[in-house]
This record gives sequence, C-alpha cells and structure tokens, in this order.
Amino acid sequence: MDVITNFLAADIRTATPILLAALGLVYGERSGVVNIGAEGMMLTGALAGVAGSYYLGSAWYGALAGMLCGALISLIFAYLTITVKADQVVVGAAINILGLGITTSFARVMFGVNTAPPKIDSFTPVAVPVLSKIPVIGPVFFQQNALVYIALLLVPVAYFILFKTDIGLKVRAVGEHPKACDTVGIDVYKVRYGSVLVSGLLSGLAGSYVSLGLLSFFTENMIAGRGFIALAAVIFGKWNPLGALGAALLFGAGDALQFRLQASGTEIPFQFLLMVPYILTILALAGFVGKSQGPAASGVPYSKE
Amino acid sequence: MATKDVTNGENIIIKGMKSLTLPLLAIISALVLGAIIIILMKLDPIKAYQSLLKGSLGSTNAIGETLVKTTPLIFTGLSFALAKRCGLINLGAEGQLYMGGFLATVVGIYIKGLPLFIHLPLAILAGFIGGGLWGLLAAWLKVKFGASELITTIMLNYIAIHWVSYLVTGPMKEPPGNFPQTPAVELSAQLPRILPGTRLHLGLIVALLAIVLFYIFLWKTTVGYETRVVGQNIDAARYAGINPERNAYLAMFIAGGFGGMAGMNEILGIQQRLFQAFSPGYGFDGIAVALLGQNTPIGILLSGILFGILRSGANMMQMAAKVPIAVIYIIQALVIMFVVGSSIFTMLQKRRSLAAAAKGGNVQ
Repeated sequence: MDVITNFLAADIRTATPILLAALGLVYGERSGVVNIGAEGMMLTGALAGVAGSYYLGSAWYGALAGMLCGALISLIFAYLTITVKADQVVVGAAINILGLGITTSFARVMFGVNTAPPKIDSFTPVAVPVLSKIPVIGPVFFQQNALVYIALLLVPVAYFILFKTDIGLKVRAVGEHPKACDTVGIDVYKVRYGSVLVSGLLSGLAGSYVSLGLLSFFTENMIAGRGFIALAAVIFGKWNPLGALGAALLFGAGDALQFRLQASGTEIPFQFLLMVPYILTILALAGFVGKSQGPAASGVPYSKE
Repeated sequence: MATKDVTNGENIIIKGMKSLTLPLLAIISALVLGAIIIILMKLDPIKAYQSLLKGSLGSTNAIGETLVKTTPLIFTGLSFALAKRCGLINLGAEGQLYMGGFLATVVGIYIKGLPLFIHLPLAILAGFIGGGLWGLLAAWLKVKFGASELITTIMLNYIAIHWVSYLVTGPMKEPPGNFPQTPAVELSAQLPRILPGTRLHLGLIVALLAIVLFYIFLWKTTVGYETRVVGQNIDAARYAGINPERNAYLAMFIAGGFGGMAGMNEILGIQQRLFQAFSPGYGFDGIAVALLGQNTPIGILLSGILFGILRSGANMMQMAAKVPIAVIYIIQALVIMFVVGSSIFTMLQKRRSLAAAAKGGNVQ
C-alpha cells in the first residue's frame, strides 16, 4: 500500500510542472498559437524563481518573479508571431535558445561557477488539516507543496473560463475562425496576445516550481524537455484542461516509474526507462489513444485585410 | 520585371546584395544587443568580441577550428532547410545526428580489414542511413497516423540520446569498461586531416558536396521539384498528380540523412569514438543556420561559417574576457529574432504599395 501511495504522490509531484505549463499552452493553442518556446519560458522562470527567492527571501516572491519573466518572454513571442506574423516554430525555437543562453549566462554571474548553490527559501510540503489524514488519497493529494494545490485548483478554473464564459468563447472562436471573429468585432490580435500572455505566466510558474518545488537550486538546462512534454500533453489531452491533467499525470507516471525502477535495481537499463515518457507521447500522438483534432486556425498567423 | 532580372546580370548582383542586407542588419543588431547584455554583466564587450574574433580567425589553427565547427552546422542547416522546402518541420536533427553517429560507429568499429577508400565511404553512408531512417520514422508516423512531425521529431531526439547513452554504457562499451565510451573506430574509417597543424578534416569537403547535392536535388531533379511544389501548396501538388505522402517519406529521409551526416562527421572526423552527449546542440543550431541562410545553398554555407565563428571563438571569449560561452546562444537567438522581426518592414512595404495601387485605381 505504501508503495502505491508513494508512487502516486511522486507522480503528482513530477506531473505538476507539465500540468502548469500545459494549462497555459491550452489557452495559446485554443486561440491559434502553437508555442514550442515553452521550454525556454520555463527555463527562464526556473532561474527567475531562484533569483527571486535568493534576493527577496521568499519562495513566493520567487514564483512571482518566475511568472513575470515568463510573461515578459511571452510578449516577445507574441509580438513576433502575432504582430509580425513570423513562423511560430522558428520564433519558438529562438525563444528556447534565448532562454538557454540567458539563464546559463546570468546564473554564472549571479551565483558564480563551481560554488555550492546558495541556500534559498523553497516550497516545502504543507499538509492540509483533516484531509491529509485520509488513507492513500490524503498523502497523495493533501501533503504536497502549495504550488501543487494551485496547479490542481487551476484545472477546474481553466476549464470553467474556457468553456463557460464569454472570454473562453472568444478564445475558442479565434482559434477556429479568426476571420469570422473579426467580422463580428472581436479583436483577434488582442485575444491571441492575452492567451499567449497566460501561457507565459503559467510557463514561468511551472519553471519556478521545478527550481523551487522539485529542487531548490538552478542548474543549466534543468527543464530537460518538460516544456516539450507539456506541448505533447496539450495534444494528448485534446486541447482541454481536464485532458491536460490526465496527460500530465500519465507522463508524470512514466517519470516516477523510471525513478522507482532505477532505485529498485532492476535489470532493465535505466536509459529505456528514461525513454518511456517520450515513447508514450509519440504513441499518444499517433492516435493509439484516440484521434485528436486541434483548433482549425492553430499555427496560422492572422492578418486583417 | 522578373524576366528582366534573369537576363540582366547586373540586376542579379543587386538582388543578391539586397537579400544579404537583412541578414547582415540582423547580425549587426544582435551583436550590438549582445554587447549591451555583456555590459549588464559588468564585463567588457569590446574585449569580448576582440577575443571572439582572435579565437576564431586569428591564426591558421583558429581558422581550422572554426571550419571544424562549421561543418556539422552545414549538415544540420541543410537538414532543417530541406524539410522546410518540402513543407515539413524537422526539429529532429539532434536525434538524427546521434543515430547517424551511432551507425557510422558500428561500421567503423565492427568492419575490419577494409582499405580506406572502401571502409570510409561505407561508414559515411552508414551515418547518412542512420539519420535518414530516424527521419523516415517521423515521416511514417505522420503519413500513417497523422502524428505531427513537430512533436514526434522532438521526442525522437530524446529517445536517440538515451539510446546512445545505453549503448556506450552497455553493449558497445570499450573493454575493460572504465569509461562510458566505445572503442575507437578503425583507422580506415576515420576522416583524414586536410590542413596540417589543425583538426580540419575531410568532413568539410563532404559538407560542401552535400550543399551541391542539396542544390541539385531541389532545383535540378523532377522529384526535388515535386517536393518543393508540395512544400508550397499541397493541394495544387495533389491536383497535379504529385503524391505528397511519397514526397514526405523522401524529404524526411534525406533531411534525416543530412542530420546523420553531422553525427558521422563528429565521430569519424573528430572524436573517433562514440560517447554520451557528443553534440553540443548542433541539431538545434541548424534551425538558426537554415533560417539565416534563407534555406538556400549559399546562404547555409555563409551562415554556417558565421555560427562556426561564434562557436569556435566562444572559448577564447570566456578565457580572455570572462564572458560565459552561453552568451553566443543569446546572440544566436537574437539573430533569428531580428531576421524574422525585420520581415515586418517588407510586410509594411507591401501594404503601402497595395494601398498606393488601390488609390491609383490600379488594383491587381
């Protein structure tokens, strides 16, 4: 029983950054913008999180700094893809290179080379009274750090906004048929800017979760593909916040399983276990889990004529 | 207008100069902004750029090293550009590089007793096929299952990297097994040095040949023409009786093959053995190289050299001016952003001329 509880708790921990980033990406893609730069935004958020916590003394300020930096980078992305109408993939790739360059350079300037990482305030597990006493479910869901609770709460919130409010309707409509939206007076650019901004904020938060919640320091390239996995989780989750939660839990399980198996000293080479999340993503994309159809105008720049 | 350009040689030169303006402006802007960032780090940008140039072009050895760094960038640049020309996004050059390096190593190690002029071409071909098959896998997933190559190629990168990591710690590990690496490839499978006193090897010539092949394939063969049509307008292509699926297979095989050549080049030319993480991200740099080179043969050569200069000068920059190597990533990203950002000027220009035409009542 303990094994299962530990495994599920680990699953939620590793799924959280993927979930946070994926929730933002759902909004971006629903409005017609594919953001492969999420990896770079998360990386920036990870460094900003550590820097914020280091200089301002609180993990919460760190998370805030992470969100702000993610948002800042997402505005560059939005300007180039929405206003300039540049190829989203190319700009996304540039954002990733930029994120790697900026974080690696500035981490050295801030914390030096070859020195032990500074002690910083990070997010530690907080047990929710009463609820954390429930067997299995308690330790899995209610003995996590605050960002995990926020991520889980954001799922229904994101779902509600997207499918039950006027704003959500606009976002979805812009991703399906921007021209029609334009005709009825919806500002396509504004909606897309807003959606990309949301994905920047959440990618930044996801990044600071990695550097302040999973670990409590920054290392070069520490996001290690989680941004791309989040992108896959959006598709796997059929552009739906609830689906994204399911997908993130599945990918998190792959990761958690790999750690368990490595620790248990199995005969299977650990590299194959490390491949599991990526193979799952490909299988999901190949439709072995049901065909998924994205928003019609996703990835296509819109120009008013 | 267009026909005049072709007949008038002078115009072609002017046109060529014009197409160079944007990339050059982008590079200059990126360097200026890079300097500002270096100042923000409380370091000296002039000293940084001086040492960057000295480290990349200041001596025969430095130039040799720059060309050594340029070679894999040409291959990965060709990889992205070829797929793009055919309407596909290949973000998998990094993984294709690892698979190419893997297969080239297999041929280089396990086939023994062949003369160089047979063994070396065989190993090079293996590199191409290793990367090509990895690209083909992404094409198959796209054609058969509708899985976007955008994501599958990225996922395949990680799988390839872990696969190589498994091989060098497991089945291909060099006895007695103290290091996670394979034994050295046979001498007859190594790319010979071509500039005495430097590490510059035959790989550069192979890369130049690859550029020529890229040009011939896309602009001088029927199949290449067809893939370009598919890349521009898939519906028109289908209407004209072109099979886009077959072209996707072909394009991803060749694009992957170019990516594999980058890995083969690193193993047979420089490292001589396979080990973990032997690429410093050449696969992703290829996107920048192709973009700056506007997916043209000459453009890829020139931008490959530029990024080669950045990469080879970066060490000197770090040693002499204390500027972290990662600053060149920032410059690289800024170059891309300025190239795509500057397209807003052409866009505005077009809009202005459209508006002018509309005003003149001469809408066409």
